[in-house]
Amino acid sequence: MGMTVVEKILARAAGVPAVRALDIVEPRVDLAMSHENAALVINQFNEIHQGTGREPKPWDPDRIAVIFDHRVPAEGPKTATNQKLIRGFVARHGIAKFHDIRGDLGGICHQILPERGYVRPGFVVVGTDSHTTSHGALGCFAFGIGATEMASVWTLGVALNIEVPPTIKVVVSGRFQEHVGPKDLILHLIGRLTAQGANFRVLEFHGDTIAAMSTSGRLTICNMSVEAGATGGLVPADAETERYLRQEAGVTGPLAPVRPDADAVYERVVEVDVSRLEPQIACPHTVDNVKPIGEVAGKAVQQIVIGSCTNGRLDDLEIAAGILRGKQVAPGTRMLVFPASGRIYSQALEAGYLQEFMRAGAVVMNSGCGPCLGIHQGALGDEEVALATTNRNFKGRMGNPKSEVYLCSSAVAAASAITGVITDPRAGGR
Amino acid sequence: MGKVVLKLGKDISTDDIYPGRFMATVLPTETPQFCFHDRTEFNAQLKAGAIPAGSVVVADENFGCGSSREQAVSTIRGHELVIVARSIARIFLQNAINLGLSLVICPTIEAEVGDELELASGKVRNRTSGREFDAVPLPPARQAIVDAGGLIPYTRKKLLELPARS
Repeated sequence: MGMTVVEKILARAAGVPAVRALDIVEPRVDLAMSHENAALVINQFNEIHQGTGREPKPWDPDRIAVIFDHRVPAEGPKTATNQKLIRGFVARHGIAKFHDIRGDLGGICHQILPERGYVRPGFVVVGTDSHTTSHGALGCFAFGIGATEMASVWTLGVALNIEVPPTIKVVVSGRFQEHVGPKDLILHLIGRLTAQGANFRVLEFHGDTIAAMSTSGRLTICNMSVEAGATGGLVPADAETERYLRQEAGVTGPLAPVRPDADAVYERVVEVDVSRLEPQIACPHTVDNVKPIGEVAGKAVQQIVIGSCTNGRLDDLEIAAGILRGKQVAPGTRMLVFPASGRIYSQALEAGYLQEFMRAGAVVMNSGCGPCLGIHQGALGDEEVALATTNRNFKGRMGNPKSEVYLCSSAVAAASAITGVITDPRAGGR
Repeated sequence: MGKVVLKLGKDISTDDIYPGRFMATVLPTETPQFCFHDRTEFNAQLKAGAIPAGSVVVADENFGCGSSREQAVSTIRGHELVIVARSIARIFLQNAINLGLSLVICPTIEAEVGDELELASGKVRNRTSGREFDAVPLPPARQAIVDAGGLIPYTRKKLLELPARS
């Protein structure tokens, strides 16, 4: 019997000829990523080594990446001190894949890893962040873990006791309507699967819509696969993957794409036709509370947020800038834009998108995670409503349990910024 | 186990258990103060020491969904609460096993605040209602980590089995 992509990746990484869903394996890790929570990882890492007589040295500094993104620049002394502690650790151990708070090299971890070519097809990637699922967009198995599990990976170089996840095949067909795209697809899919419908499973994406989708769009759908509970989202590597890695990430040397066997065993197959898909909105307070835009259009919003690891890439900013051209952000509504990385920030600057945002009245912020999870700028007031291109709308997500967050694409966010109410971007809005 | 002190619905996120705005605090010795912070009354009772160790939080499906933040586990463990949930999200479950948080997966559990629960031979018994509910055992690979006392001692043992690096 054949294997799915995740089964092939885990078999190789575990050094065995074949694995099946629910087998227990100990895969070697190709890349281990952390952000500011590396402070806790370091604490746990030191504790593992306590009393062993072994020096606390990571198994392979070249396979560790640390990216500051959650509170950048630091919002207070506690974060700043944690960042200082982490800087000392990465310097001491020669961790070169370290991205400090910088305009050139910095950004959100889930953007830095792909754009710097750190993730490759066939890799096993772990990250101390649930949206590590993003990197499956490049044909690897990438999943989120806790800080203690990361300390174990730093020690041993393997992920312990990993259950091979069963795979759900998602076949997507059809062409998107104008101003409908990958974000609407993944919100629709989460609504169908529910917030736990893919728990302990991998979503493997196929179909002509995925074949025609850019890596940016694939990162969006894999990023949010975790919102259906999935361990990973995965697009098998293809010509677009190679194009992205060669042209945009500057990767040289051989690539080893992994495709599923023709007789791979899937737990089930889900089919989606996007040709008549409308813009989708995830309503408070769960990501699976998804409605077509017609059902929520007209809802007043006080804060529009465009950015994040989900939708803060150049194509998202291009779409939003195009919609805002010659228009203004509505009075009574504020709009925040935070590009996913310093590189994207620079590209958007050169393309004139940031100028367009500022002229329209938006505030352009530096790259980081802060507003998405309510930890650094962009907090909401009591009873305020935000419409955001981010990935979660849990109660209190944007820093205030008395507020509401709706999730959408950058096209919907931009169209709604002009009107101050949730607005369908198709046919000029309203 | 003991008395049910909090009953929760489905899809309780880690933002609910440990709001993101306290994530700069990472150490297990410091996280307990923010446990279920925005459920202000419950949080106040916890901080006042009014909730005894072994008290039970009962939850519906998909408890602990969302972020991988380990604070969501260490904050509950700090108060020695027991989680009895119909199902648990993957990363939270793994973090709970790694840190030694007491939890029981019990797909049909029915209990109200004030009920007394006990765990005996694979079943959760609600002593107040007199009903019993089957608990789901952990997969063997996860049980091995629990038996070792958590992932830190488990990894430490594996480290000592490796030849020392220069």
